[in-house]
Amino acid sequence: MSDTDEMTPITLYRLQACPFCERVVRKLSGYDLPYTSRFVEPMHSDRNVVKRISGARTVPAIVDENTGVTMSESGNIVEYLDKTYGGAD
Amino acid sequence: MELEFDIVELPATDHPTAGETAPEFTRPLVTDEYWADVSLSSLLDDDPLLLVCYPMDGAFPATYIWNELRDRDFADTFQLTIAGLSISTPYEHTTFIEERGIDVPLFSDPANDVAEQYDIVNDLDGMAGVAEPRPAVFLIDTDQTVRYAWVADEWPAFPPYDELEDALATHCEMKPLGP
Repeated sequence: MSDTDEMTPITLYRLQACPFCERVVRKLSGYDLPYTSRFVEPMHSDRNVVKRISGARTVPAIVDENTGVTMSESGNIVEYLDKTYGGAD
Repeated sequence: MELEFDIVELPATDHPTAGETAPEFTRPLVTDEYWADVSLSSLLDDDPLLLVCYPMDGAFPATYIWNELRDRDFADTFQLTIAGLSISTPYEHTTFIEERGIDVPLFSDPANDVAEQYDIVNDLDGMAGVAEPRPAVFLIDTDQTVRYAWVADEWPAFPPYDELEDALATHCEMKPLGP
């Protein structure tokens, strides 16, 4: 996908100063992908919104409506972004 | 923390370093009982001041930093004053002090001007219009000279507590031993 203007922004659930979340931000920025940040509470138990969308309370988590994908865990997300938007195999 | 990927590097800054004068400021200083405008210099009357700039109250680094400082209890060992500074409002500071059992006063600087003055601004991605100080610590002597400075050059980052303790041992008097 090269025309990112047409994309629905990816929603990123993140925690302020979480290195795993920043890792995903760098990847999103690197591919110039539009994204919207939703910051959640540090307290695990206060992250019901994340649980509702992904089934787990861990961040980072993304919702990509362009592909219908919702996923957690920065390693998975980075791999997904590389494959979907980075031209990687 | 060992990570298998690079974390975010922050650009170089021109923050005050050892030997320079700490820029003067006045902001509401919040204790567990009240807040009032207090100048930096007025905290330097008796002992050096450890000024701890930290991410907004509620962010996990804020909690981690103050937990570590509480555990190390520098004020029990050295003759010094400790104060925090974040962009949180006095009301948020009051809650933070109460919830986290913080026993030092906290400066409130929602406009982030002090961070501008000290050149330690951290522009936050994904929070338009919100910037805060980078994590930073300044040991400021009674003549307002900076004796030790550490400013985050990556994000997230935490103060080098052992190095800080060494700096305190070098520049602060030891507290007399108990009765």
